[in-house]
Amino acid sequence: MITRGFRNKRQRPDPSRVPPGQYVTSDFPVLSAGPTPRTSLDDWSFALRDVDGDGELATWGWKEFLALPSTPIAVDIHCVTSWSKLDTRWRGVTIDALLEAAGLDPPAPYVTAFCDGGYTTNLAVEDLLDGRGMVAYEFDGAPIEPEHGGPARLLVPHLYFWKSAKWVRGLQFMEEDEPGFWETHGYHLRGDPWKEERYAGD
Amino acid sequence: MPTAPIAWRSAEVREIVVETPRAKTIRLEVPGWPGHLPGQHVDVRLTAEDGYQAQRSYSISSPPEEDGIALTVERLDDGEVSTFLTDELRAGDRLELRGPLGGYFTWTAARRGPLALVAGGSGIVPLMAMIRHRAARGSHVPTHVLCSWRTADDVIYRDELARLAAQADGLEVTHTLTRRAPVDWRGLTRRIDREMLSERLPGPDARPLSYVCGPTAMVESVATLLVSLGHAPDRIRTERFGPTGGAR
Repeated sequence: MITRGFRNKRQRPDPSRVPPGQYVTSDFPVLSAGPTPRTSLDDWSFALRDVDGDGELATWGWKEFLALPSTPIAVDIHCVTSWSKLDTRWRGVTIDALLEAAGLDPPAPYVTAFCDGGYTTNLAVEDLLDGRGMVAYEFDGAPIEPEHGGPARLLVPHLYFWKSAKWVRGLQFMEEDEPGFWETHGYHLRGDPWKEERYAGD
Repeated sequence: MPTAPIAWRSAEVREIVVETPRAKTIRLEVPGWPGHLPGQHVDVRLTAEDGYQAQRSYSISSPPEEDGIALTVERLDDGEVSTFLTDELRAGDRLELRGPLGGYFTWTAARRGPLALVAGGSGIVPLMAMIRHRAARGSHVPTHVLCSWRTADDVIYRDELARLAAQADGLEVTHTLTRRAPVDWRGLTRRIDREMLSERLPGPDARPLSYVCGPTAMVESVATLLVSLGHAPDRIRTERFGPTGGAR
């Protein structure tokens, strides 16, 4: 449906880099459902939890985590609220490297990422492997600021950014794909920006 | 269980109300509208003749008790959708939208209170839907509204908030101006700070539900201060939008 009087006054974004319905911003908007949690690095840990919920398959404290092999990446990110930010630079530990350090094969096909502040989001393990997911702790060469998810956030740039859980503290393996926080509030279970999987049913 | 996609609907503009020099309310008739909760938003999609599309989210300012929905839109100088909505749109035009969206930053009278509603500028919009819903339902839930504006010209819903507060049914409204105040201004004239939050809002012992909405820096600061005052983080809900300034 054409909107009377609406004209495109901007450069059309590059469709090979910017998914449908997105606009490019140079800002870095912040979206969170509650206050920014602040956890002392002395109390911070990252855990891989088995499907039963209490068995920890592996745990790293902050210093141990920083000692894991890290990878820099430069990627475009896409928020479901329709902004995209191009060429963002991050450093972190890929999920592949985490599993390797733990000497693990993924014990189940899904995970729930759990976080300080109680936020959760669900992901398929295959969306995290082969370098497609990491736990990032640097943005643009500096520690990630708390409002952007520091000290560490999940980074899964090929999915809408709510999947890149801020203040992440671990991954709980799941036999079934169970909705996390936004997914129970009407958002899509997977969130592929190229398919515009914004809301449940898209 | 498969879910049907949320449909794009064609909405007709019934009326456009000038709220401030920068903000307008767009009253829409939306055939098939399923109803909404106070605090929810819609996605609006504009299509140019050449097929170019732009979409943005806007909070609903009207309560569920009203027919149709109202969006209050602040004009951002570099906004491609907000400038169209505030400069070009007129009654009789049609827009595409879908919703209601967002089920978390919501409040209904059934949840009770007390309520602490803190707004930075147009962050008042989703909170106004809650305030109007409270009035429409005759709720007396203690509700404290604290709004921060740059200047007196920016105050949205000023008369309506004053009228609702005058009903003495438990609603209190405080405005503060951060940049410039008229000579006859008797209210506060500084950014929302710790003292203002502890003086104007219910304390942590009252276990209020807090809803904080506005630009990122303001929401970040207010939510952090509320936690430091002893409010439980899980009773503070935030929504951040508008110009993000230098945040990164």
